[in-house]
Amino acid sequence: MYGKKVKLRLLFLSFIFIIVALSVFLILKSLEENVVYFISPTEIKNLPEIDNKKRIRVGGMVKKETIQLNQNKISFVITDFKNDINVTYSGAVPNLFAEGKGVVAEGYLNDRSFFDAKKILAKHDENYMPPEVKEALEANK
Amino acid sequence: MISSHIGYYSLILGFVISVSLLFYSIFCLKKKNQNINQNIFSLLFMQFFTVVISFISLVYSFVISDFSNATVYNNSHSTKPLFYKITGTWGNHEGSLLLWLLVLTLFILLFIIFSKKQPTKYRILSIFFQQIIILGFFLFLLLTSNPFNFLFPVPNEGLGLNPILQDPALAIHPPILYLGYVGSSIIFSASLASLIQNNINKEWATHIKKWIQISWFFLTIGILLGSIWAYYELGWGGFWFWDPVENVSLMPWLCLTALFHTVIVLEKRNLLRSWTLILSIATFTFSMIGTFLVRSGILNSVHTFANDPERGVFILIFLFSLIFLSIILFFIYQVNENNTEKNFFLISKETSILINNWFMMYFLSVVLIGTTYPIFLEVITNEKISIGPPFFNKLIIPFLIIFLIFMALGPNLKWIKDNYKNIKYSKIILFFVCILISFYIVRKTSSEILFSSILGGAALYLLFINIREFLSKKNNTSQTISHLGFGLFVLSILLNSLFSDEFSANMKIGQELIYKKEQIKFLKIKSLDKENYKSVIANFEIKDEKKNITFLYPEIRIYNQPNILTSEADIKTTVFLDKFIVINLLKGEEIFNVRYQTKPFMIWIWISVCLISIGGILGIFKKTNI
Repeated sequence: MYGKKVKLRLLFLSFIFIIVALSVFLILKSLEENVVYFISPTEIKNLPEIDNKKRIRVGGMVKKETIQLNQNKISFVITDFKNDINVTYSGAVPNLFAEGKGVVAEGYLNDRSFFDAKKILAKHDENYMPPEVKEALEANK
Repeated sequence: MISSHIGYYSLILGFVISVSLLFYSIFCLKKKNQNINQNIFSLLFMQFFTVVISFISLVYSFVISDFSNATVYNNSHSTKPLFYKITGTWGNHEGSLLLWLLVLTLFILLFIIFSKKQPTKYRILSIFFQQIIILGFFLFLLLTSNPFNFLFPVPNEGLGLNPILQDPALAIHPPILYLGYVGSSIIFSASLASLIQNNINKEWATHIKKWIQISWFFLTIGILLGSIWAYYELGWGGFWFWDPVENVSLMPWLCLTALFHTVIVLEKRNLLRSWTLILSIATFTFSMIGTFLVRSGILNSVHTFANDPERGVFILIFLFSLIFLSIILFFIYQVNENNTEKNFFLISKETSILINNWFMMYFLSVVLIGTTYPIFLEVITNEKISIGPPFFNKLIIPFLIIFLIFMALGPNLKWIKDNYKNIKYSKIILFFVCILISFYIVRKTSSEILFSSILGGAALYLLFINIREFLSKKNNTSQTISHLGFGLFVLSILLNSLFSDEFSANMKIGQELIYKKEQIKFLKIKSLDKENYKSVIANFEIKDEKKNITFLYPEIRIYNQPNILTSEADIKTTVFLDKFIVINLLKGEEIFNVRYQTKPFMIWIWISVCLISIGGILGIFKKTNI
């Protein structure tokens, strides 16, 4: 029916197609698994359910006079001026981590008011505020 | 004051020259001249000259701290050291665009000087396309980001440069990176010109390859510098975070690497013409997208610097018109692939280069999707997300194994047609030996031993094969060095990530802690007043299991203007291990947040990237290829 060349070419094309489809599937699949959502303390209060295996980011201001330290742990409160969440963290903090400044913490929720942070994100500019924090703060003013 | 005037009018003059060059080049195309018109050459030189004048006057304004200039006011301070006053010129949006323009005009001048053997029409067309890009940048500068805006009344003092940018590596990082980006614009213009002239062939490939190698070299070094800076300045102890700002520089790199390989096929076999063209266009597009994303403020990155969305719109429109133009040209002037030579055999060097391209395209799509998906999602659903390293690691690292094996075997295949029987048994045995060695090294690490040992084995295999190649007489030095470097690169990263260790605590002065087998003692701090910051230097003593003592001196700098704290990590580098310590203030000045890391083979990561890029640049000096 068809020549050997056509068959080969068809085979080749379908091979390419399968590979492309497979890689797109792979990319989308792992996209779904590795997305980290950004949530404000108020949104956490309103969450229908708590998934404590899902990595999220919480952003807001470090509430004044809430940083507490011991040798291994730092705890503080993130606020969006409406709701607060208690954060515990052990590890290194970025330069501009301070009371009254914006902060983004990445980690897992224990429940609606306790957050276990694995990473505190850095900013490079004292006036810079992660856009998420800015919007979350503005939305709650 | 005067220098700002000079700079501004010089810029306008340059713009006028650019417009006249654009029309003049069309005019020249219609004539049937054998040689390139001397006028064009003079105009190009004058254009370059005006931008140089403009750039120098901006540098001068920075040096004398002329705060009547808004750019200087926003980004400089009179107490800043002279070196950072100068480098501060391109540490900001306006200045860095002026630098882009400077390199653009320099490159087209060099291109015309070094392309004398090429057809005249092709050279004029290249000038034409390059002038479109240059014109776009002139407009962008003059309309949205004029570096010479005046301030009245004149402020007494500037706002200062963000202290984390006051760093030697970051001072030269932008110019080097731009050389790479802008080099891709020459490749873009030259490709379009040769598409219209229908001279995409072996000779053209030999000529454009030099430009590809140069841009690729600078792009690689530029990314390396940024990465080294991130390692010691950001205090996270990592060198690559899959952060959007990093990803946008990686995308043109992947494209350019694919092009680098494809152009060799074009040169040797006169194949893959359209593909070469598409890659040339794509590389430049990604360079522009990089500039657009970083400068527009769209990127939701942890290290985006403050910027202005309106500018983004301009770059976006400009970018789309360029893409649109090239697509239209691409369809009007069909590339006729040479059918008589279009015999692709499954086992041949050209197939292995195609496989390289496929992998590059796959890596590129992963990076592209991972970087832009959050932007699209936010625009469409207003949900804010970020995509972290696991996404990229999971999608890229497994494929790296196959990639490494192909990379080890591919270059030794013959052009046109080879036979799989030519692969010697010794190579297969070597592969399994590599996996065994690798298994032996990683066996004590906790997770995914099988995976790590195969990845390590593949990297080791590539390394060994290229070392053997290097020692044999008839090698292709530039290729061998680059590939050897890549093997070393993957291997060092793997070992680095497997054996890195980290410890952090909040410590008081005099406190001593034991972590695993190491004793960490916080001895003392001392304060110093420097030119534009106050420095607090801590002294740590690290005693390892063999009682070897290392002293580390991490520092906190409190800059006066802007009033920002930065931590300067202290790193003790040895051949096998980096000891990395960084401190931070938490509350008051009594308790410090201390992070101590041991990072094995760190220096080998830098060395291997140097090897990769040296390989690329060596190709330029090579007269004949094998």
